[in-house]
This record gives sequence, C-alpha cells and structure tokens, in this order.
Amino acid sequence: MRMLRAGRWITGVALLLLAGVYVRALMYTPIERMQGAAQKIFYVHVPAAIWAETAMILVGLASVFYLFLKDPRLDRFAAASAEVGTVFAGVVLTTGPIWGKPIWGTWWSWDARLTLTLFLFLLYVGYLLLRSAVSDPAERARFAAVLGICGMVLVPFIHFSVYMFRTLHPMPIVLKPSTPSLPPTMLATWLMSVGVFTLLYVGFVVQRYALSYLREQLELVGDGGSGKGEG
Amino acid sequence: MRLPDVVRHTWAVASKDLVIEFRSRTAIISAAMFVILVLLVFTFARDPTAVAAVDLAPSILWVTLTFAAVLALNRAFQLELENQALDGLLLAPIGRGSIYLGKLIANLVFVGTVELIGVPLLALFFNVAVWPYAAPLALVIVLATIGFVSVGTLFSAMTVRTRVSELLLAVLVLPFMIPPLMWAARATGPLLAGRPLSDIIGWLKMLAAYDIVFVGLALLLFPATVNE
Repeated sequence: MRMLRAGRWITGVALLLLAGVYVRALMYTPIERMQGAAQKIFYVHVPAAIWAETAMILVGLASVFYLFLKDPRLDRFAAASAEVGTVFAGVVLTTGPIWGKPIWGTWWSWDARLTLTLFLFLLYVGYLLLRSAVSDPAERARFAAVLGICGMVLVPFIHFSVYMFRTLHPMPIVLKPSTPSLPPTMLATWLMSVGVFTLLYVGFVVQRYALSYLREQLELVGDGGSGKGEG
Repeated sequence: MRLPDVVRHTWAVASKDLVIEFRSRTAIISAAMFVILVLLVFTFARDPTAVAAVDLAPSILWVTLTFAAVLALNRAFQLELENQALDGLLLAPIGRGSIYLGKLIANLVFVGTVELIGVPLLALFFNVAVWPYAAPLALVIVLATIGFVSVGTLFSAMTVRTRVSELLLAVLVLPFMIPPLMWAARATGPLLAGRPLSDIIGWLKMLAAYDIVFVGLALLLFPATVNE
C-alpha cells in the first residue's frame, strides 16, 4: 500500500510540474517562426514518444531477465511498463495528427515515425491482450516475456524499414550526433518536459506495479491460498 | 545432443504432422479453398477499369498469402491439444528445439503448398505474367514465408492454450508479419514489372536478416512457451 501511495504522489507532482512546463512553454518560450503555435505540441509529443519507445525496450529487458530469474517482480514491472507505454504511445498518436493537420495539411500520413509509433501501440495492445487471455500467473508471465522479447527485437526492424521510405516527419533536432539546433530557451523547456515525462513514467509504473501486486494477493486469497506455483 | 540427432528428431516431428495432414487433408483443402475465395473477393471488389491488374497484383498476392498463413498457423499446435498429445511430445527424449523446428518445417510445407496453389491462380485470374519471373518470385515468397511462419509458429504455441486462440494469434502475429510483408510486396512490384533482380536485392537482404533473427530467437524462446 505504501508503494501505491508513493506512486500517486509521484504522479501528482509530475502532473503539477507538467502544468508548470506548459505555462513556461506557452508564455515564456519563443514561438517558432515557421510553425507558429502548433510547434508548442512538441513539448508533449517528443518526450511521450521517447518514453513510449523506452518503455518497450524496458519491457523487453525485463522479459529477458524474467526468463532467466523467474522473479515475479520483473514480470509485474514488464506489465506495468507496457501499460504505461500504451498510454504514451496513445499520446503520441493523438498529438501527432493534431500537429500534422495545420503543418502537413493532413491528419495522418504513413510517415516513418508515425508508423513506428502505431506499431508500438499495436505491440503493446497485443501484449496486454495476451496477458489478459492467460489465467495461470506463471504461464502468463512466461508467455508475456516471450512476446515482450519478440516485440523488442521487432522494433529495430520497423525502425530500419520505415526509414527506407521517404519521410515527411521533421528529423530529430535534439537527439542527433551534432549539437542540438534549438534556441537555448526552447531546449531548456524541452529538457524540463523530458524530465517531467520521466517522472510521470515512474509514477505511473509504480502505481501499476503496486496495483498488480495487490491483485495477485487478492487472487491468492480468492483461491483459498492455494495459488498455483511456477509451471 | 549431436547434430544428426537434432535433424532426425526434427524430421520425426515434421513428418508426423505432415502425415496427419496428408491422411485427413481437411485443413489443406480448406486453406486452398480459402485462398481461391480471397482471390475471388479481390476480383469482384476491384474496379478493373480504374487500376491495372499488374499494379494491384503484388498487393493481392500478399494480402491473400498473409491471411492464408495466419489461418494455417493455428493448426500446428491445435493438433496437439487432443488427448494431451503435447504432453506426450514434451515427454519424448528430444530437445525442445527439435519440436519447434519440426513444427516450423511442417508449417512451411503447409503454407508453401497453399502458396503453390495461390500464385498460379493469381496469374490466371488477374492475367499477370508470373512464369518469366518464377525463380526470383519464388525466392521472395520463400524468404517472406520463413519470416512470418517462424514467428507465427512460436506464437501459436502460446495462443493455442488461451480462450480466443484464433483471433488472438492474428492480432499478435500480424504486426510481426507486416515488415516482411512490406519488403516482399516492395520486391514483388518491380519484379512483376520486369525490373532486374539488382533492383530488389536490398529487400531480399532485409528479408533474409529478418528470417535469421526470428528463427534464432524463436528457437531460444520456444522452451518458455511449453510447460516444463
């Protein structure tokens, strides 16, 4: 229970900070010359995208370690990370078209990064569906780990193949080999936003982790304490 | 375990599945019928005056093959559900890797047979010249099929024991089929339009890389999908 409360606190603080970052982004950060106000969405879009992808990698890594160590905590973490990743991928898929309509003139384009995020979203939903379709906890954890690892391996393939197509998407302007080509105030706002999203990720994951732990306890009690062991 | 043993065991598992298939023939005939019907659906759903058949052919080919493969993949482990045959298979003194490879080979033969029926029919129905490009087209199809059957065989071992196995397998495996499908369709287009093989070599390399990675990964992960 203490963990659940901690997760709620972290999330609460992160949401407050998010509001703060947005005040800064709207009021104190210069408006981009070409894109105008639409560019402001970038402070949500890009950090969410970074965490949507990172969450998948973390799911995959937790899955690899789960198959070796069979530690239920790793499985719980993978599930929590996948749930949060789904939400962040959803945020990217919603904010992307909102930005795309005024800038590209179309809500959706089969652009490399958009496609990649859509794939991530589908992988996450598949992962959560598989989890919900298996009732035995040990079996569920093993199956989910297998899918999680495959998902992690698939991501670079999609990455590579979507970049072979022409892209409309702005190229990375912060995370690139040369120095970021962003005015310092924008960069500062953006970095704050990344920090806030990191905190949000942690807060959400801690909450979901604590909840799935509680749910497992409940299942054990429901079975009359005859919980099934590792298969 | 020595290599000849692995080969022998793999073949034992694969031939067992193929014999079952050959004796009943229900699944293969259903799959072939399904391919024919999908091709018919495309015939009647397209506007022949709007798009030339040769432009549409790669899409039709790959959509048909994808759906046929998804349907066929359920079969491999469904066979083992009756009379707890899977437990018997797992108790046999053979490696888990041999079971996976055997199932993979049986699935490849099954899906390959369906493709052997589908491709000539595509050529017939849509009046596409396939014969001059038969060898490179076969290579593209083989590479793509290994890619999606390897992942599909692994996943079907898991989904077969869930409540909504057929639908869940399709939902899980399609995101994994789309990259090889995309490359294969990109390679098929130029091929059928008579472009030289050097134009599509990049796609072939991608397909080969995908096959190697996912067959290897599935071999490693398969033991985790069956009960120990």
